[in-house]
Amino acid sequence: MKSAVVVFPGINRERDMARTLRLVSGREPAMLWHADTALPAGTDLVVIPGGFSYGDYLRCGAIAARSPIMPAIHDFAAKGGLVLGVCNGFQILCEAALLPGVLMRNQNLRFICRDVFLRVERSDTPFTRGYNAGQVIRVPVAHGEGNYIADSETIAKLEGEGRVLFRYASPDGLVDPNWNHNGAINGIAGILNERGNVLGMMPHPENHVEGAIGSTAGRGLFAGLVEHLARAA
Amino acid sequence: MSPNEPPITPELVAEHGLKPDEYRRILDLIGRAPTLTELGIFSAMWNEHCSYKSSRVHLRGLPTKAPWVIQGPGENAGVIDIGGGLAVVFKMESHNHPSYIEPYQGAATGVGGILRDVFTMGARPIACLNALSFGDPAHPKTRHLVSGVVAGIGGYGNSFGVPTVGGQVRFHSRYNGNILVNAMAVGLAETDKIFYAAASGVGMPIVYLGSKTGRDGIHGASMASAEFGEGAEEKRPTVQVGDPFSEKLLLEACLEIMAKGCVIAIQDMGAAGLTSSATEMGAKGDLGVTLDLDKVPTRETGMTAYEMMLSESQERMLMVLKPEKEAEAEAIFRKWGLDFAVVGETTATKRFIVRHGGKVMADLPIKELGSEAPVYQRPFVETPKQPAVDAASVKPPMSVADALQKLIATPDLSSKRWVWEQYDHIIGGNTVQRPGGDAAMVRVLDGPKGLALTADVTPRYCEADPFEGGKQAVAEAWRNLTAVGAKPLALTDNLNFGNPEKPEIMGQFVGCVRGIAEACQALDFPVVSGNVSLYNETQGRGILPTPTIGGVGLLEDFTKSATLAFKAQGEAILLIGGAPSWLGQSLYLRDICGREAGAPPPVDLAAERRHGDFVRGLIASGAATAVHDLSDGGLLVALAEMAMASGIGAELETPAKALPHAFWFGEDQGRYVVTVKASDAAAMLEKAAKAAVPAQRLGRTAGDALILPPERPILIATLVNRFEGWLPGYMAGSAA
Repeated sequence: MKSAVVVFPGINRERDMARTLRLVSGREPAMLWHADTALPAGTDLVVIPGGFSYGDYLRCGAIAARSPIMPAIHDFAAKGGLVLGVCNGFQILCEAALLPGVLMRNQNLRFICRDVFLRVERSDTPFTRGYNAGQVIRVPVAHGEGNYIADSETIAKLEGEGRVLFRYASPDGLVDPNWNHNGAINGIAGILNERGNVLGMMPHPENHVEGAIGSTAGRGLFAGLVEHLARAA
Repeated sequence: MSPNEPPITPELVAEHGLKPDEYRRILDLIGRAPTLTELGIFSAMWNEHCSYKSSRVHLRGLPTKAPWVIQGPGENAGVIDIGGGLAVVFKMESHNHPSYIEPYQGAATGVGGILRDVFTMGARPIACLNALSFGDPAHPKTRHLVSGVVAGIGGYGNSFGVPTVGGQVRFHSRYNGNILVNAMAVGLAETDKIFYAAASGVGMPIVYLGSKTGRDGIHGASMASAEFGEGAEEKRPTVQVGDPFSEKLLLEACLEIMAKGCVIAIQDMGAAGLTSSATEMGAKGDLGVTLDLDKVPTRETGMTAYEMMLSESQERMLMVLKPEKEAEAEAIFRKWGLDFAVVGETTATKRFIVRHGGKVMADLPIKELGSEAPVYQRPFVETPKQPAVDAASVKPPMSVADALQKLIATPDLSSKRWVWEQYDHIIGGNTVQRPGGDAAMVRVLDGPKGLALTADVTPRYCEADPFEGGKQAVAEAWRNLTAVGAKPLALTDNLNFGNPEKPEIMGQFVGCVRGIAEACQALDFPVVSGNVSLYNETQGRGILPTPTIGGVGLLEDFTKSATLAFKAQGEAILLIGGAPSWLGQSLYLRDICGREAGAPPPVDLAAERRHGDFVRGLIASGAATAVHDLSDGGLLVALAEMAMASGIGAELETPAKALPHAFWFGEDQGRYVVTVKASDAAAMLEKAAKAAVPAQRLGRTAGDALILPPERPILIATLVNRFEGWLPGYMAGSAA
């Protein structure tokens, strides 16, 4: 797996993401700067990690979505390349219109860092083949603006096309407002684009890949990508 | 010299917080009347915050050396060696006054300032902690202050990208008008790549880095050196505004130019901004400094020399650059979108010369600015000793079970989850133990080393007996590090007190510092950095003496650490250290009996060390399955916390000869609860006896309730609801 991690000024989980990619794929990812205009040749996964791009002083992700590196990412996605956006990365993908909808302030208006439970809705995607459909995984969140919303038509489309990949749920896998910390509609934690090659998600699977540090529940996402790309090659 | 500046009048001198005799000292030193800019420089350097004029003589008594100490107090932060070519750089600092006036920005810039202290030495920050003291929950401002301070700490640290992994939160009416926000940062560096403030070489360029200078924060350090009266809120313009985004860029840019070998010396601009950073670099290097303020990047036009020298705009650094590296260093800063300007040079004259608009605005002897600052031997009176409370004379107003249920839902003992969930405590991917345990733990790089981190003090003990309270603060930090299995290495102290001009307050300060010194000595636990915050008074009433201790310990293998949660049913529960019985100054006495009285529990430092070393050995050998120290609330509260963290209950028995309330809620020091496999218990008790460590069996883990005959069983789930309920309920607006 030849991955590239995009670093905008103010992104701060790039080291976490790079370490996880190295740990799971055995290969060092390329680190791209926001002022770059091209991806390294042969890139097969682009990751936009979490943080506060450009300070997020405007709407989260709004400035990053207009930075010099973005046209290359648009091109890459249009050709079917795999793109993963986590946390701020998800917000940036929405602002860049690579994904529909928007992330609003958490329902309680506070930043929240805690472990949450996610129900994996499908296992037949490059991002979730390391899991079983219906499986519940425990991964951390750390965000102030993760409350996903879109117009009802878009939500219906996302649901109808099976593009909701992860949902906040109880430990038993039930979607329940008591287990939805940010108020996202339908408990939506992660969605795919229409073509199925761009995933945005609020939780941080990259922070749960080692048993000694939390859990290994996030590992399946990266291991699945490695396997998918190995088979595709 | 000094055109367009007003003449210095006694009123102007007083407005700058300088006493008449201090002004005479200035006149003697420079042999003429100072310019306004110079007066401002003196006021910035000679205020309590920067000069330590009241505390200095007493701080000399603190032990600061050990074979593993690389840098003790006097630099931006302390540095200790953790082996393998790695060093830990850490410090704690207060931002009390600004946080009371403007809680969000005050707390945020407190975090920003302490982070800069750490990365200016070449260390990447890997963890933050904080110790917060708020007023009575029923006070009308408390909720607003809690909300703002917590959001400010989170807002800065989360965006900067450092995990905030631990700390303390307390409430007491004595902090009503003067909250405490103590922030600690911990960083990791290579031992041979530590950067210091001392300039070297004549004619070396001095470079200004980071954000532009504005009019914010002028006289912030002077504000922090005075009591609050009525109208403290009007001081809001002296509070700086934080920009964690710029700080993150500054971090990356600084580490990059350091790695490229561009830096001779570097100093962050904290309190008293450009003034203290420039003079410190010169004075420490035995050199003069000339600054040309026309080159300083400013946010607004028309700033005077006086304003530029005293601005406390955030996210700025001053560096002495290797001249041949200028182009390379500038390119790095431009890449990160930060200002980079050569604003002066080092000279051989030992003068501090400030030019602006082609004119000399200040010309002062650089070393004397620091070294000739007044030092006071302030008069002090020792705090009178209080009699010990006889536990037998304390009538329990309710059953042990009811008292436990009440205690764990009090503001001080209830869960602080509402607070630490607003801090990103996992970023970095190295957080082994999250908030809520005895100490936090972070992995060092990819392991196997781990660092244990804690912040501790028990102000009510310090108030009742400063000497014992000072000892206890150090002992508790040492104990918390030990309880996770770490070897305590060194500490940073953040000494928060009232007005030192009052002999009673000075007595508290002197007593606490002596107690801290004695405990540091006995536990081989030196002080490597710190900060003194005095004048924490509002309308004449001082805070509780609060010397916060930030401790750092090392585990050679982080996977061999202990946590406080019970691990399995049917394990033996042991009490290490002896049966508790001390109710004086306990939370039981205060919150159940309504009395803040008596002498605090004494700390026997030799026993403390013996008990702790024994427990650390149990953890290292793998015999201890769960460990928790006894502190606020005593033994039964500790057991309840172990049960709540796991959902596993316990069957317990009160020893026949014990007074139940004193046994279960006494706050005797040097004690731990340890669980071991039932089959190991007898051997462990024998081992303890051989080590001269008192140990006894309390019962066993079992079921999902605390069973303590003759009390009715208490369901863990009920305890959890009470424990987790208070703070969210309070912040949502229900009655205190």
